[in-house]
Amino acid sequence: MRTPMSRVRGLGAAHTGTQDFWHQRVTSVAGIALCIALVIIVIGLLGRSHAAVVQILGSPIVAIIMLLFIINTVYHMWIGMQEIIIDYVHEDKLKLATLLANTFFCFGIGLASAFAILKLSFGV
Amino acid sequence: MTELEAGSTTGPRRSRPISPHLQVYKLTLSFVMSGFHRITGAVLYFGMLLIAWWLIAAASGPNAYSYFEWFMGSLIGRLVLFGYTWALLHHMIGGIRHLIWDVGLGFEPAEREFMAMATIVGSILLTLVVWVVGYLAMGGPR
Repeated sequence: MRTPMSRVRGLGAAHTGTQDFWHQRVTSVAGIALCIALVIIVIGLLGRSHAAVVQILGSPIVAIIMLLFIINTVYHMWIGMQEIIIDYVHEDKLKLATLLANTFFCFGIGLASAFAILKLSFGV
Repeated sequence: MTELEAGSTTGPRRSRPISPHLQVYKLTLSFVMSGFHRITGAVLYFGMLLIAWWLIAAASGPNAYSYFEWFMGSLIGRLVLFGYTWALLHHMIGGIRHLIWDVGLGFEPAEREFMAMATIVGSILLTLVVWVVGYLAMGGPR
């Protein structure tokens, strides 16, 4: 028998309570501004030479916005895909495998993109 | 399951109340838009590969970047980018709709219908605006 208080202390089956729900909202609000910024940056880079693209993407303001976009987006999409997997995949091993794949994919995309932005900024 | 049945001493298993699934609900516009929100989210998830490719290609050098430019300039590349633009804007506007609900507003039937229509029409119009502005920025279609 679990009292309501023990349920609250245990923070539910995932032990993290409503953290994912709330973080998904935080990253969605940030995502509105960052997606608009991304669209503007991409339009500004259309048709430019590689040298010009490198210079603009590597400039501090653009690089910072792109880094914020990448970090915010990979976290948002990690939570979102996890929710989809939990909804549709019920077989334990397959669920574990797809949840892991989700984490690896998001981490890989995030790190690779962030590395590229930093390289564009700092050269070499 | 067998353990549960074996442990049961009350004869035939009682049928437990189960949560109704999608098919019992009337198909409404909000319902369809909820599906679209999830589908566009999943599409954007894999679309991030394109953004990563773009950034890595730019960081790798002119040669790698020319491959990216060649793909994005091709008909398939443009179609993919057009679809990506729409998915992004649809997910963004649909997300704003969800945020409005999260603060407890917009639950009246007329409001729901309006927001669902605004998401469809708004995302299509905004996609066209972004592409027109994009082509103007490049100095016309090429």
